[in-house]
Amino acid sequence: MQTATKIEEYLKELEDSLGNDFQRKILDTFAVAYRTGRANAFAGMDVKGLIDEIAEAKDYSLARMDALYEEFKQKAEAMGVKVHMAKTAFEANEIIARIARENGCTKAIKSKSMTAEETHLNHHLEEQGMEVTESDLGEWIIQLRHEGPSHMVMPAIHLSRHQVADLFSDVTKQKQDSDIQKLVKVARRELRRKYVEADMGISGGNFAIAETGTIGLVTNEGNARLATTLPRVHVALVGLEKLTPTLHDALRVLKALPRNATGQQITSYVTWITGPNECKSAPDNTKIMHVVFLDNGRRALAKDHDFSQVLRCIRCGACANVCPVYRLVGGHKYGHVYIGAIGLIMTYFFHGRDKAKFLVQNCVNCGACKEVCAAGIDLPRLIKEIHARIQDEEGHPIQSKLLGLVLKNRALFHALLKNMRWAQKPFAEREGQFIRHLPTVFMKGQDFRKLPTLAPKAFREMWDQIRPKVENASLKVALFSGCVQDFVYPEHMVDAVKVIARRGGVALDYPMKQSCCGLPVVMMGEKEAAKEVARQNITAMDPADYDYIITLCASCASHLKHGYPKLLEDDKALAAKVGQFADKVIDFSSFVHDVLGLDASAFNRSGEKVGYHAPCHLCRGLEVREAPRANIDLAGEYVATDEEEVCCGFGGSYSMKFPAVSRTLLAKKIANLEAGGVSSVVTDCPGCVMQIKGGMATQGKPIKVRHIAELMAERLK
Amino acid sequence: MQKELVDLFTQKAQAVSAIVKPVGSLKEAYAYAADICLNKDACQLLMSGCGEAVSDAAADLCAAKSADRIIAAPQFEGKRLKELKAACDKAGITLLTEGMRGQLAGIDVGFAVADLGLAETGTLVVDSSSAEVRLSTMISEINVVVLPLSKLRKGSYDAEDELSAIIRQAPSYMAFITGASRTADIERVLAIGVHGPLELHILLWEDS
Ligand code: SF4
Ligand code: SF4
Repeated sequence: MQTATKIEEYLKELEDSLGNDFQRKILDTFAVAYRTGRANAFAGMDVKGLIDEIAEAKDYSLARMDALYEEFKQKAEAMGVKVHMAKTAFEANEIIARIARENGCTKAIKSKSMTAEETHLNHHLEEQGMEVTESDLGEWIIQLRHEGPSHMVMPAIHLSRHQVADLFSDVTKQKQDSDIQKLVKVARRELRRKYVEADMGISGGNFAIAETGTIGLVTNEGNARLATTLPRVHVALVGLEKLTPTLHDALRVLKALPRNATGQQITSYVTWITGPNECKSAPDNTKIMHVVFLDNGRRALAKDHDFSQVLRCIRCGACANVCPVYRLVGGHKYGHVYIGAIGLIMTYFFHGRDKAKFLVQNCVNCGACKEVCAAGIDLPRLIKEIHARIQDEEGHPIQSKLLGLVLKNRALFHALLKNMRWAQKPFAEREGQFIRHLPTVFMKGQDFRKLPTLAPKAFREMWDQIRPKVENASLKVALFSGCVQDFVYPEHMVDAVKVIARRGGVALDYPMKQSCCGLPVVMMGEKEAAKEVARQNITAMDPADYDYIITLCASCASHLKHGYPKLLEDDKALAAKVGQFADKVIDFSSFVHDVLGLDASAFNRSGEKVGYHAPCHLCRGLEVREAPRANIDLAGEYVATDEEEVCCGFGGSYSMKFPAVSRTLLAKKIANLEAGGVSSVVTDCPGCVMQIKGGMATQGKPIKVRHIAELMAERLK
Repeated sequence: MQKELVDLFTQKAQAVSAIVKPVGSLKEAYAYAADICLNKDACQLLMSGCGEAVSDAAADLCAAKSADRIIAAPQFEGKRLKELKAACDKAGITLLTEGMRGQLAGIDVGFAVADLGLAETGTLVVDSSSAEVRLSTMISEINVVVLPLSKLRKGSYDAEDELSAIIRQAPSYMAFITGASRTADIERVLAIGVHGPLELHILLWEDS
């Protein structure tokens, strides 16, 4: 649960979570095991195709939510089920409390339902004097501890066996051993009794099939079967987005849900309930069955052209499983009721801006969640959209507003940067590579990695001197430097030009009116400024003039290619140019490898053992994976290291805002590189260079950090 | 083709620790169930938690457990029931076809015939519209299910029409069962039998 009311409080809570060694360890092991488990579970299947189909089918259902509800209601009521529509969480809880009253129910047994967590149903029923028992083991544990779930599929993943043993000792009034198998058996016994006593069973619903009026439940423990069988009343609380036209839709989701959630081919039990079934404890030997559909903003959300995709979510929890921030801080600090990437978004829609405002800022935008999402939801972008919306609603913080203003005016921005060169002088280390110290207001928590100084000369100021003269060019390309390589690391650009010029026949251009790509303002929730900067860049480099637009910065590349078309989708006048522009953007490694086809003959390969850090926005953002590794191997010996594709923790302004998380991600990155026994590491993004190089310098590690262009230029024949 | 399906089913079911055995006839299946019931270790009974330090109220339920060995087979009637009964009688086992609610502390063996099998995931489909079937397959400590091979399909899509037919005979309660009841809710350590059966035995019956 996210309860902080000030960002400082939230930062403090994050620090505390980072100090929770047990949680850190279990989430670490899980993150690593999950990757293999998922890959095995999907082996031989067309995962992308399946995800696309699910997304399409979900969109189809969402557009027909009301009609599906009517169809379900008519089918189910014809069989004797009572179907209700609850507009709000409170209304849902009240309907269920009323059903209990009308049927004289006092004890409820529940099977796991995120929707009931969303409405805080237990709390409501308990206030009315009911006894409610969760029957899913994890849910029961957190219920006894009065906590919320820390994962959507494994709600008690943050707890150790010892904590559970202590808890069970309290509950049974008997001393419990911390042997997990025994603890599970204790729960089996204690809960069996609860089923026997319960007169109401409450379940969620993974599917609500309209054509047959069927509720589908997916569980491993089988608790949903007992909870829907023994008590005489069954109430299913189901989000409207679970409505689906046919059994086929449900079977399709079932192919992805367990595989994506826990790497299982299928869960132990899948239960399909159609109509009020035989029930020997009920009058007339027939179950009293109610289905309560929850709106709570879903009908409006389904109509939002961009955000409706949020409702495709099948609650597999995978977006938390792969999230590097979740892995460090755990679900209680990376969600409210709903957890992980989707949790950040749902918190805004279902639990409000106050609960969501810090959470959405804590996403480092690495794209790992989007890559595994079973429903193809564009999670990272939507998280940033919400960040921007909250700022529009609550007012923009002065820093981000200023940055937005400055970036919109390129001349001003560049003038400021040039001035900073002088301003930083007193703070620079003698050799000038890093900033020695900054006034503490700027440096709080930032000392985990050194920050670079601005270069004495920006790339744009060198361009005229270094521009290669090319005759009979067969390719015409534009260079896009991005701010970091223009003003901090112009040497990356200079080296890239050398490598590209090696083949000959490539006319290079550096359009002077280009500016920052705009991603930093996206990250800070300044959407209008981001749009303005995008327009300026597209105008500054007319895509029709070039065969390719090359950038050495993975973040710029993915923003130019995928971010721009989305940002400017409503700009009809620019539509054609935006499309052309995006099509022509290519990253340096792919250009060198796939387009120029530079091979071993161009290099003096050294025996240096070189590791690779895959920038988030290259490996996932652009799905470029082979080219950089092949390029490294032309110049030195590429050595694979662990977790190459896990974020280094930079994330632009993220590392400034959440230094504790950034620091920990960086420490892991450095530890993995060290363990891999490499003497240097290269990457495709100046931001990652800045982060990793700064970290190595602070820790005094001998591993050299470079951009891949530097390595290649060094070994060029 | 059939052999491939059987192999696939077997491999997938075993992967979730189900025990898979071929049987030549239903009679053989009855004998198997009786055998399992008899040879079920006393300490296996303890596996269901009665030996643990539970609260007094939970212990009361344990005490309600029948001293007899019990097989529950609520789907059975007519000739099949007679044959199964004969096998149980011979072994001194009590056979129940109803009254599961009186046995909520647990029964030894639940015995059922599956309506379909799905090879791709090693799944059994059991029409559990009868409350007794629902319970016998959940409260039994060992679940023994016969899968007639004529009912084995490749995956859920291939069985879609038949699945749809089951849910359309409303009211209907259809169960997909794959392996035993499991949880990994404490420290992600796999534990079998949290609510339902501790073991699943699948008897592949060459019925045609
Ligand atoms: S983009 Fe990365 S940091 Fe953000 S929610 Fe997704 S996985 Fe987590
Ligand atoms: S957003 Fe995607 S990955 Fe996350 S829980 Fe939903 S379906 Fe799974």
